[in-house]
Amino acid sequence: MSEDRIVPSKDFTNAPLCLSGRHVTKVFGFGDKKTIAVNDVSFDFHEGEFVSIVGESGSGKTTLSKILLGLLNHTEGEILFQGQPRDISTGKKRNAYWKGIQAIFQDPFSSYNSFHKIDSVLLDCINMRGGKNLPMEKKVEMMTEACSFVNLKFAELTNKYPFELSGGQMQRLMIARIFLLKPKILLADEPTSMVDACSRATILDMLLQLRDEIGMTIIFITHDIGLAYYISDTVYIMEHGKFVEYGKADEVILNPKAAYTKRLISDVPKIHEEWDLSTVELATE
Amino acid sequence: MKHTLRNIFHSSKFVVGFAIFMFLLVMIIVYPLINPGSPLEQIGVGTFARPGTYVSLYDAVKTTPETLRIQDADEKRMANALTTEDKVAMLEWFSAVGVDVSGLEMDDSEGFLELWFANYDESAKPKGFTMAKRNYYKRLNRTVLDLQTGEALVVADPDNETGELVKIGEIKKTDYVNVGQVTNVKTLPLGTDNFGRDVLKELVGATKTSLGVGLVAGIVATALGLTMGLLSGYIGGIVDDLIMFVTNLFTVIPGFILLILISYSISPDLRGPTTVAAVIGFTSWPWTARSVRSQVISLRNRDHVNLSKLSGHSLLRIVVTDILPYIASYVVMAFILQVSSGILSEAQLSLLGLGPKTTVTPTLGLMMNWAMSYSAHINGTWWAYLPVILTITLISFSLNLMNTGLDQVFNPTLRD
Repeated sequence: MSEDRIVPSKDFTNAPLCLSGRHVTKVFGFGDKKTIAVNDVSFDFHEGEFVSIVGESGSGKTTLSKILLGLLNHTEGEILFQGQPRDISTGKKRNAYWKGIQAIFQDPFSSYNSFHKIDSVLLDCINMRGGKNLPMEKKVEMMTEACSFVNLKFAELTNKYPFELSGGQMQRLMIARIFLLKPKILLADEPTSMVDACSRATILDMLLQLRDEIGMTIIFITHDIGLAYYISDTVYIMEHGKFVEYGKADEVILNPKAAYTKRLISDVPKIHEEWDLSTVELATE
Repeated sequence: MKHTLRNIFHSSKFVVGFAIFMFLLVMIIVYPLINPGSPLEQIGVGTFARPGTYVSLYDAVKTTPETLRIQDADEKRMANALTTEDKVAMLEWFSAVGVDVSGLEMDDSEGFLELWFANYDESAKPKGFTMAKRNYYKRLNRTVLDLQTGEALVVADPDNETGELVKIGEIKKTDYVNVGQVTNVKTLPLGTDNFGRDVLKELVGATKTSLGVGLVAGIVATALGLTMGLLSGYIGGIVDDLIMFVTNLFTVIPGFILLILISYSISPDLRGPTTVAAVIGFTSWPWTARSVRSQVISLRNRDHVNLSKLSGHSLLRIVVTDILPYIASYVVMAFILQVSSGILSEAQLSLLGLGPKTTVTPTLGLMMNWAMSYSAHINGTWWAYLPVILTITLISFSLNLMNTGLDQVFNPTLRD
């Protein structure tokens, strides 16, 4: 069965730690309106690992991703970055942290400032990597290289505004941004859910290629357990703010233990199997 | 940017509002060039001169006349000379001698004259008419007849040495002068006000001051509201709580009463147009702050803002480049409404006598205040207040129309 996978899932248990969490909890609101979005989760992400966090809408995966990115403060617990407690208390420390962790968001259409040309997005990345004083030709060369990595032509994109691009192109440009930034960790929050099926495979392919080239850790957030199985090394299943099950992708998906994981797996539509009408009837009852 | 501008100028509402506003602006700039001088210059000694063209009588007499024989000139002259009092007296005579006056209207002066010449008899002695009363009718008859005869008015000049009147010319009933040849002619399109000042000139000056007051009030209110809204929306937390507490306070206290109290507490010497404008601006920022805050809250969690943070941009840069452009159109609209309401607030305050205390520049509210205190609305001297009301209406109408036009361009759901 594991031949179905694009890459065989590897064991990262002994690889160096990249990002870890200990009893991370996030609570919104007070008193009666209290919502526990992330409930006491602990995790270890290793260097070069492709981790998927799978869960339904509202399971807390986006909140967790914002905490990991440092865009949201967690209520309790501790996050370790490369073995050290993460310190993002000042702007400078935050900027240093963001050199190590970057993100691709779900909706490419809202990821861009529509008042700025595309060039500025890529130039920002070069500046952030300390290339502020490079000559313009060198910068253009770097941007062209990044664009060609994601099968885009920089010459065609320069001086264009984001709304002149298709969703797939926008999302690929986001990957070009990561290519320029070369962070230690990439947090991809459902990067393929808003693009069409053809672009989806290309984008996933590019992510994997990036991982292999830079040796980056990818934290892939998705609701699609099938997709997670095909591409990840490790899978974390999240339900109501808790990790109900985690482990090597093969083990979790082929041999699920938690009821929630079983349900998620049974919900994946199967192409080459007949519809089992008895289960459909059961579900409607 | 170009695209947005083109869209804005395709909105008919915006264009109409813009045209009216531009017309007012051009008037403010061009009219003082044509008619220079202080807008509060007193040119009339009396109060409330009617709108119209004034010809210098002295110069008209000195102008070489042409003889024109115009058929109904005499009748018109007589009809004009006949006062209501005369007509009432005539009616009394008619009823005494038993003339049927049915169908005779009070404003039909020529009909009165016709009946009068047909029925008046100097020797008649109607019952109950005393000698004095009969003599009154004789005088009335002579006055009417005098107007008809061809006698001329004599123009005389006192001799410098003897003081005797020397005839230097006469004015015949058929003498006409060309208005263009009279040296001094003054057109007062809107007459004069209670102090004898040219209303149109005053109105142009007042519109300028009021627009200035609106602009300053709008800038103060928008700047304050925008800053507060951005701070409270983007930073959140305790800053948000504090600012929202203040805006809620302002919202709970009726704004106009606050405005009256603040204006009242400033001494009249300090209460110039700019001070009043600042006070108006200071009392009207909270609703801009509230709406900017809600827009910023919805924007600050958008991915492009998160991405900008991840790119290491500073707070100021994120606010200026990632948040402001998205709410710019909204801020422009809020600014336009603030200007419009600033002008109205000034007018309201001035009407109550709490507006700018000034003897140099008029404001629209002050003009209404003057017209009201000199009972222009009771005397029927409409030109002292109606043009002012119309101007205020035009300003707010044009600004609101522009605002609606912009709203339709920026909020596609409102397009019809």
